[in-house]
Amino acid sequence: MDQTLDHTKAFAEFIAHSEGKSLLRFLTCGSVDDGKSTLIGRLLYDSKRLFEDQLATLEADSEKFGTTEGDIDFALLVDGLVAEREQGITIDVAYRYFATDQRRFIVADTPGHEQYTRNMATGASNSDLAVLLVDAQAGILTQTRRHAYIVSLLGIRHVILAVNKIDLIGFDEERFVDIRNEFAEFAKQFDFESIVTIPMSARYGDNVTDRSANTPWYGGPTLLEHLETVSVDENLSDKPFRFPVQWVNRPNADFRGYTGTVAEGTVEPGDRVVVARTGQAANISRIVTLDGDLDQAQAQTAVTLTLDAEIDASRGDILVAPEHRPEVSDQIAAHIIWMSEEELLPGRPYLLKSGTRTVGAAVSELKHQVDVESIKELAAKTLGLNDIGLVNLSLSEPIAFDLYDDNKTTGSFILIDRFTNATVAAGMIRFGLRRATNIHWQALNVNRDSRAALKGQKPCVLWFTGLSGAGKSTIANLVESKLHLMGRHTYMLDGDNIRHGLNRDLGFTDADRVENIRRVAETAKLFVDAGVIVLVSFISPFRSERRMAREMLDEGEFLEIFVDAPLAVVEERDPKGLYKKARAGEIQHFTGIDSPYEAPLEPDLLLDTTTADANALADQIVERLMKGGYLGAA
Amino acid sequence: MNKPLTHLQRLEAEAIFIMREVVANFERPVMLYSIGKDSSVMLHLARKAFYPAPPPFPLLHVDTTWKFRDMITFRDETARKYDLKLIVHTNQEGRDQGINPFDHGSSHYTQVMKTQALKQALDLGRYDAAFGGARRDEEKSRAKERIFSFRSASHAWDPKNQRPELWSLFNTRVKPGESIRVFPLSNWTELDIWQYILSENIEIVPLYFAAERPVVQRSDQWIMVDDARMALQPGEKPEMRMVRFRTLGCYPLTAAIESEATTLETIVAEMFVARTSERQGRLIDHDETGSMELKKREGYF
Repeated sequence: MDQTLDHTKAFAEFIAHSEGKSLLRFLTCGSVDDGKSTLIGRLLYDSKRLFEDQLATLEADSEKFGTTEGDIDFALLVDGLVAEREQGITIDVAYRYFATDQRRFIVADTPGHEQYTRNMATGASNSDLAVLLVDAQAGILTQTRRHAYIVSLLGIRHVILAVNKIDLIGFDEERFVDIRNEFAEFAKQFDFESIVTIPMSARYGDNVTDRSANTPWYGGPTLLEHLETVSVDENLSDKPFRFPVQWVNRPNADFRGYTGTVAEGTVEPGDRVVVARTGQAANISRIVTLDGDLDQAQAQTAVTLTLDAEIDASRGDILVAPEHRPEVSDQIAAHIIWMSEEELLPGRPYLLKSGTRTVGAAVSELKHQVDVESIKELAAKTLGLNDIGLVNLSLSEPIAFDLYDDNKTTGSFILIDRFTNATVAAGMIRFGLRRATNIHWQALNVNRDSRAALKGQKPCVLWFTGLSGAGKSTIANLVESKLHLMGRHTYMLDGDNIRHGLNRDLGFTDADRVENIRRVAETAKLFVDAGVIVLVSFISPFRSERRMAREMLDEGEFLEIFVDAPLAVVEERDPKGLYKKARAGEIQHFTGIDSPYEAPLEPDLLLDTTTADANALADQIVERLMKGGYLGAA
Repeated sequence: MNKPLTHLQRLEAEAIFIMREVVANFERPVMLYSIGKDSSVMLHLARKAFYPAPPPFPLLHVDTTWKFRDMITFRDETARKYDLKLIVHTNQEGRDQGINPFDHGSSHYTQVMKTQALKQALDLGRYDAAFGGARRDEEKSRAKERIFSFRSASHAWDPKNQRPELWSLFNTRVKPGESIRVFPLSNWTELDIWQYILSENIEIVPLYFAAERPVVQRSDQWIMVDDARMALQPGEKPEMRMVRFRTLGCYPLTAAIESEATTLETIVAEMFVARTSERQGRLIDHDETGSMELKKREGYF
């Protein structure tokens, strides 16, 4: 049959073309009306990636929702979600796919709307090239500068400046050249490897896939020509070997394979590798795959490695070339892009995921915020949604890493909120803070255990939390008196001796409350180390800070005591007249009134102050301590 | 100097990475196995990801009882061949009520026998991660779905509140009851799938290949009469036609296309010149514009 013959021939040609077809990932960004979606729709349309039914839908939708008066509205092809169609704006990152004979493309369509900068960074993180759209009528805008900055921040080296809607300025060469020069001047600071500026009309197709007769003065490539030919390969395989271990494969006692994807470099059987964090070394025995063992694995391939020696390596470790080791530190400096509605609080504990490793992390210092309008550094106390800043991070344990500019895989991280599990920030490591590697804990013979033994008790922290006026200090005082009478060594930390001394520099903003609790917890920890039973009486309204305190101490050394009293009751009691003042607006940030209190979900002890008096509640605590073995042999 | 990887090699490596992240981070992963070509590719990738171990999770098939008979045979053979644990779930309530695609409309039928059945099966297995074979190029609302797509305890998807996904740093954290749907084939196109099946020689259900099959014509589409339960409308008479399927599902809801392509090569060649996208063959998407998004919000895969 002729048709079959045609198919077979077409197929042979097709396969010949497809062999070795490479992949280019790029993103498009621009201001709201620059026409990004129209451009992508046009690329899909012109590269014949649209099917008949999609075309039919497109034509029907163009009539219903279209903004192009009778013509096909290409933007409708890519504006996916119902809400977006109705609002006429793109609100999230959308990925699009098309292929030409030369290349396969993945396009990240990212919104230009100001509040969605985080989505642009998301699209940029996996792209090799960025298409920045500007409206030829408007020229270079603040948005354009912002996008160029974010693109460079995320390490993209190749930029196309698409001067769109060139038809609306009458295909004016002079205006085009002005825009090109203005951008080139501005972009000098970013050190892009290539910038190609193209006069274009996405709506009418000028210089998108076909050279336009309307711009005879333009001698450069069309958009698609450039996308098909630009070389973005950094040759990751020539860089030092990096292999983050994802999962240890142990199907039986005879096989122990380290699964993962080669981030950079190449590996062959016989190569010597070390575990970056510990320096333990071994040789590669085999590169195992379902299709048989390999002689070599290059960057970006997913393999399973076996070693010739038993070493201590597991998920989160990085196997590396011994002569090119990454840095190892628990203190790093990084640019972060804040992606959460809830602002960054320095000192608050987050989770940091880098490669396959997840550790605890807190911002120890916010060095500065970057104003994306002016690309200038500003002093800041916090970062809000879409803010970018340079921070120092303190990690719960050392990690192995490279600088982001050297390796995107081992130099990037995300921060995760420990309670909501939301991804709150993306980070790019700029440098390690080397002093961290030089702080070694002094191993002393007299230690916590010996001090505690001398006192005949098990030191711990009794953490009283609850609203102001709930009775925390009253009960804590009673407990301390009772313990003192029993010959136990105690110390009380409360607002009076901490707020007026150690923490006199702190106010009552959320950021200061976090720092306040951090210092209190550190102080309590020192007392525990000294063998003392510490009573901490603080409102401590946030769960994450109480959890931070708990995590600073060993298992069983932290007892969270929730002194529970409804707001109505404490407001009625109002022993210090504070609620009245807060209601009158004389005190700001007052917990329970205009600042939240997050009640413990699973306190070690719940004291209901509406049904028992302070003395009885104090007895409950002492009893708990006796039962828990904290008071030694009486 | 090494040759740069081809796009299929990169897509393969990405999918394997995603699968290993799931196994390393979740307690109870499961693979949604729909028996279609995408499931075949996904299973093949899973075998690659964990070799020499077998895929360390069970396959789950939500059986509406209206699948093509060839699919069920293929499913059971595949599970046997690779020694996989296969879990088959049917919404018993729906079956007892006799819910079927003829009398209850495709939308209600899908809701009960697919969406509800899937939720039941996921709850029953207490799975915290479920692989699905969906691709972003299939449908517009899928273009914005994350690779690790967070679901609330009631399996709902909130498109406005998705976790940003940067680099290959997937946030795998969930609270008890919550789960993640994972789509390792997110970045693949239909053509990639076929090319990969071809280059890796992956087995697929014979229905993808053209053969003489009994069909009737309904609203310009060919529907196969796979068994005696097919309710014929007045004037309809099954005729033998050379047809194949680009996508597989419940036979009364899955249209065939006329084709002479009896080999993988000719299928891919047909694809190469294809002018109709594959979801066209799925009748459930035609209910209304944006219908896939509505189904997804309710928990459809």
